[in-house]
Amino acid sequence: MWGPGGVTKPVGGIPRFPGSFDRSSPAPPFPRGDAGHPAASALPEPSSRPTCGCEYFFLLQASLMKLSRTAKIGLVSCHPEVYEPCDDSFALVDALLADREHLIEHRPRLCMELGCGSGYVISSLAIMLGELGCGVHYFATDINPDAAQVTRETLEAHGLHAEVISTDIASGLQKRLAGMIDVVVVNPPYVPTPEEEVGCKGITASWAGGENGRTVIDRIFPIADELLSEKGWLYMVTLTANNPTQVCRMMKEKGYASRIVVQRSTEEESLHVIKFWRDGVITNSAEGSDSWFSQFPFKSFWRSSGSSA
Amino acid sequence: MRLLTHNMLSCNIKGVANGFPLRLEAEKWVEKEVELNADFLRHIFPKIEWKALAGAARAVGYGELPEEADAAMLDSEDFLRRFHHALLEIHVEEGALVCPETGRGFPITKGIPNMLLHEDEV
Repeated sequence: MWGPGGVTKPVGGIPRFPGSFDRSSPAPPFPRGDAGHPAASALPEPSSRPTCGCEYFFLLQASLMKLSRTAKIGLVSCHPEVYEPCDDSFALVDALLADREHLIEHRPRLCMELGCGSGYVISSLAIMLGELGCGVHYFATDINPDAAQVTRETLEAHGLHAEVISTDIASGLQKRLAGMIDVVVVNPPYVPTPEEEVGCKGITASWAGGENGRTVIDRIFPIADELLSEKGWLYMVTLTANNPTQVCRMMKEKGYASRIVVQRSTEEESLHVIKFWRDGVITNSAEGSDSWFSQFPFKSFWRSSGSSA
Repeated sequence: MRLLTHNMLSCNIKGVANGFPLRLEAEKWVEKEVELNADFLRHIFPKIEWKALAGAARAVGYGELPEEADAAMLDSEDFLRRFHHALLEIHVEEGALVCPETGRGFPITKGIPNMLLHEDEV
């Protein structure tokens, strides 16, 4: 069910919705290697292109360096009611990796993951920001107490620490943490489902997103806006069915610029990891000229998503 | 749960006006040494409710924090060390956080506070 080389624990009963991204299907565009992360299979075949040994060595080294900057799948804890790292988790971690140098320059002091699930993403973030040392601290929340526990185990297995809280998004924290979080990462429940499945007990809460998969996403934005510091960045996974163009337009009205950091398509759907930051707060030159309008690949959206957009 | 988190949590029950600080009832806690980062401490200091931190520290048997603190104290290495220890090195593993207004307890299990509300509290 998870594809060759992937984790084997089946997640039964995740229904497919028409036009939705199926979180349980194998995804041909991101084949997994033994380590379960796309980076593990990113090495070029030596025979497929002319490479000298030296170049191959450097590619190998670069790939290993990338690999060591994410959590190890073998160390990620699991539970039958907790969503395991899947393509969307890998897309989010790859987006953070792609933006890693900016993140290091950004020098965040407090980072937070909303909906931490297995803990793979927050652990990866802590690993890739490792060189910032003990000047950065992490919070992770999940509505599912089993997920909070699994996240703690995953962090411990990597020798990391984040403050894990079992709560709905950031309930109980957002008042006191308002304006303090420099990096918020979210892989929200984005699968279009009937409204009554949103926030259900157990693993359902990890994917059930209500109408257009937007019910929880639309609750997260004002909370993230409250939590983010003046220089804060938000990274969020969305699906074409969530109408990300409209999401970005809505955030623009709140004063946020945005850009797509990672875009991935499966046969059925397309995932985007979008980065948001307060427009006018230019923290590094690479971000200064970005705008959602110039970044958004409208054409490819319409081509790939058909009627579901 | 570090006391940093205790300092950032307030009761989230609908209608509660004075939900901070939550009273810390610690049953089990551990101390884990972490490297002191003065830059982080100076950054976070203005956001810390000092009385809540000092009270929570006392609840886990650490009485070395002054009753009141101001930014000038951040120049003292001794103060930084105590502040650092209370904020980041004490982990409450088991216990509860109690709302000062309603008396509702939020359990802390295996180091994780559970702030989930019942339907009639949302």
